[in-house]
Amino acid sequence: MNPRRKKRLATTLAVLVGLGVAVGFVLFSMTQNIDLFYTPSEIINGKNETGVKPQIGQRLRIGGMVLPGSVRRDQNSLKVSFDLFDQGPLVTIEYDGILPDLFREGQGIVANGVLTGPTTIKAHEVLAKHDEEYMPPDVAEAVGKVHPNGVGNKAAEQTGGAY
Amino acid sequence: MFKWLHPYAKSENLYRLSGKFLFWFGWLGFVGAIIGTVWGLGFTPADYQQGDSFRIIYLHVPTAMLSMSGYLGMAIAAFIGTVWQQRHADMTVIAIAPVGAVYTFLALFTGAVWGKPTWGTYWVWDARLTSELILLFLYLGVIALYYAYEDRRSGARAAAILAMVGVINVPIIHYSVVWWNSLHQGATITVFEKPKMDTSMLWPLLINIVSFGLILGAFTLMRLRNDLLMKEGHRPWVKQVLEGKH
Repeated sequence: MNPRRKKRLATTLAVLVGLGVAVGFVLFSMTQNIDLFYTPSEIINGKNETGVKPQIGQRLRIGGMVLPGSVRRDQNSLKVSFDLFDQGPLVTIEYDGILPDLFREGQGIVANGVLTGPTTIKAHEVLAKHDEEYMPPDVAEAVGKVHPNGVGNKAAEQTGGAY
Repeated sequence: MFKWLHPYAKSENLYRLSGKFLFWFGWLGFVGAIIGTVWGLGFTPADYQQGDSFRIIYLHVPTAMLSMSGYLGMAIAAFIGTVWQQRHADMTVIAIAPVGAVYTFLALFTGAVWGKPTWGTYWVWDARLTSELILLFLYLGVIALYYAYEDRRSGARAAAILAMVGVINVPIIHYSVVWWNSLHQGATITVFEKPKMDTSMLWPLLINIVSFGLILGAFTLMRLRNDLLMKEGHRPWVKQVLEGKH
């Protein structure tokens, strides 16, 4: 390699490595802003890295699993409330609206709303979080993915299977 | 070490070599994409949770993966063009850019269409979606910079620098679902682990990933060959090619 190329190679690599490190630091320091949501234990104990707790009245997103058996629907309206869990603590979500198709007990969701009490959130949007597993219904049944009373089975749900 | 490469620094030889590759890439990619897509859309079982809407994976995952691979390829070409001042490398950068941009757009679009029935929203500003959107802007920026200069060599230099700087975004897209919590799910197919997808659904997806890659290559080669003909229009070999005497 001639000296000019060597110089260009060194300069280019130096700039790219420097930039990479800089971006790395920026992203690392912004972790809690980039995280899409709080988990239920983070609502109660604070963010993992920083220990920052959300304030009551703060707008936030929360992500967790819907606790089986915790879904309570209002008979006369779309109002619904349910509990979210991740590792231990429960957080209650109150929501008034249409839930996404994939919303079901034991499934991950992300809710967008306002923290109204230490462990209650009034959500104005509920999104279903899907996992990375894909399988046909018969396989799902074989590995025990389908809930006995039809929850977690789309076909059963559409034909009237209830929560 | 790279002596064998030297003949291809001649545009004529590169044109002929890329012609051979184009033939195979084009046909294999075309046939493979049809097989993979028809198989995936028509003959795989529906997902146990998402039903039929999961089938968009057969377009979404290949376009998304290759939008990143395409960017990586473009950045490598930009690196070679910058360090070794190889003009064919510069031409490769601008040959890949619009194709990669289209792949990125398709990945975003198919993702949005899938997101509405699955998540309940077309768009959410989570790390994966945002970084993929940035990838689209990077592609568009490379194209814009390349054509922003009267002198094509200045344009190629500027575009190459953006292409190389932007490569930092590729690992960010890839690991966004690992580093931060996001609405987007993690990877279904990884190099070292067992795919988290049933085999009956997996094959058409793998076929489509390979085929979409070949198609990306084919479009890139087509653009590169066009560029070669246009840049060397005054040379006798181009005349020969255009008159059909190869």
